[in-house]
Amino acid sequence: MKLIFEKSREGIGCSILPDCDVPVCSLSDGQKRQEAWKLPQIAEVDISRHYKELVKRVHGVNDGFYPLGSCTMKYNPQVNEEMAKLPGFTGIHPLQPADTVQGCLSVIKELETDLCEITGMDGMTMQPAAGAHGEFTGLLLIKAYLQAKGETKRTKIIVPDSAHGTNPASASMAGFDIVNIPSNEEGCVDLEALRAAVGEDTAGLMLTNPNTVGIFDKNILDITSIIHEAGGLCYYDGANLNAIMGIVRPGDMGFDVIHLNLHKTFSTPHGGGGPGAGAVGCKEFLKPFLPDDYVVETESGLAMVTPEQTIGRVKEFYGNFLVVVKALAYVKTLGKEGIPEASSNAVLNANYMRVCLKDTYDMAYEGICMHEFVMTLEKLHHDKDVSALDVAKMLLDNGIHPPTMYFPLIVHEALMVEPTETESKETLDHAVEVFKKIYATAMENPEILHQCPMTTPVGRLDEVRAARNPVLKYE
Amino acid sequence: MASEDAESEDIRMNTPKDLLYTKSHEWVRMDGDAAYVGLTDFAQDALGDLVFVNLPEVGDAVEAGEVFADVESVKAVSDVYSPLTGEVEEINEELLDAPEKINEDPYGAWFVKVANISDKEELLSAEEYEKVCEEEA
Repeated sequence: MKLIFEKSREGIGCSILPDCDVPVCSLSDGQKRQEAWKLPQIAEVDISRHYKELVKRVHGVNDGFYPLGSCTMKYNPQVNEEMAKLPGFTGIHPLQPADTVQGCLSVIKELETDLCEITGMDGMTMQPAAGAHGEFTGLLLIKAYLQAKGETKRTKIIVPDSAHGTNPASASMAGFDIVNIPSNEEGCVDLEALRAAVGEDTAGLMLTNPNTVGIFDKNILDITSIIHEAGGLCYYDGANLNAIMGIVRPGDMGFDVIHLNLHKTFSTPHGGGGPGAGAVGCKEFLKPFLPDDYVVETESGLAMVTPEQTIGRVKEFYGNFLVVVKALAYVKTLGKEGIPEASSNAVLNANYMRVCLKDTYDMAYEGICMHEFVMTLEKLHHDKDVSALDVAKMLLDNGIHPPTMYFPLIVHEALMVEPTETESKETLDHAVEVFKKIYATAMENPEILHQCPMTTPVGRLDEVRAARNPVLKYE
Repeated sequence: MASEDAESEDIRMNTPKDLLYTKSHEWVRMDGDAAYVGLTDFAQDALGDLVFVNLPEVGDAVEAGEVFADVESVKAVSDVYSPLTGEVEEINEELLDAPEKINEDPYGAWFVKVANISDKEELLSAEEYEKVCEEEA
């Protein structure tokens, strides 16, 4: 397939952009570009075909099964999109007076109220644009709170070795030092290691529960009280909330700050630039630090205000507002009964697949899982030279997006499968059949797996070369 | 996660006898009062093709058992721990542009030279280190 720049022809244009209907403003020479933009020159029909061709070459939730672990690739209901297209939501300007956008502000406030109820938090901002951005925002809340208390020696954030890589990265971005603690044999937090790690320099702990191996840490109350007793705060990474929403609340587990990925758990589009939304919730004592602007109820209606000790803006105005609209549509569609039912079905689907596959593939951990499970292909790799990567590539040939691979790092040759609640038994059965077929091929004819994928628009890519010598722009 | 029934471990391990090792898969080559530190053959094999390496700067203090560098493969980013407490006297700048050298020649591709050594991790002989690897394989 040609790049859009290769399709460009001098002098060809299109009329997508309307004529200018506002006064033209001229810039001084110092402000002007020295040379013209190198934009492709191409007709509208060819632009349309170019993007359609790209669409054909990708695999999304609407193309097939997408069991990408810890990513919650659930179906995005059409009603969300319909709500987000309403002109009252799309035709607004961020600088419009608050009394003319009361409906939009009520969407933000109502979602805040509902998500606080689901998570056991007291306040929430919708401003962060994605999960890691939410983590960063949440850590800035912790930092601002500790600084306001004069606790400037608390500089360390504890992160278990099974954590998402974004946790230590966000903590580092926020200016904290990272303390990594090992997991125990069940893949959960090692309480002794945690007790040994806390001290007067502890700012907090970052944790997902269920954790990245799909196990609910039963010691969670002990974990959060060890941190609180040491004087630190507890941060909940909402990546795995889909297992527990409406059933158990992070706020009740002892967490002080959380982020939610609206693009995972609350069915707004995920991937391909989304855009996402990493809502950040907190307990009452952290609300004064929330980002500017925060929606509050006043006598004259809803208003955007600056919290007293705010950490400042983390994104413009309303955040990715239409994502908030979609998430609210989802929450209202499911309602109080539907929310926990979705989580129960997510856990049921994961366990159904796990049990169907456990006699074929080695599970990394015994017993019932939550919304996802992790397989280890170490033996297959050792015996047949078939790696998790090879299995992932053969799944592509069968129209299934591979699970998350080589994560968490504590499991070797890991494949992490999260089917989500929106998949039917027929889809799960088909996937199980494909997984078993791949295993049989690996046993009888492992060479075939090294050649996969064979039916996709491009074959096996040279990931090493792409990482070592990335070509990131045309020319 | 050892596969218990694996007979005659087929590790094809390369562990030169004149080096010392850590349980976290770094090697140490003493050079007078200073020492070169790198990543073992077993480690580079387990990590796969390396695409990026992050080294400390000359003059940085390193502490035994603490992270002093990291390496990135297409699978993951992994920390590299310092076997020694001391000061970085020299870094192998060549690795920054050619991390594949760690895969190609793990015992030639030293990361740093550490001087003013005041403390050490528990260092293993080649035989002891091979046992650690066998348990992990």
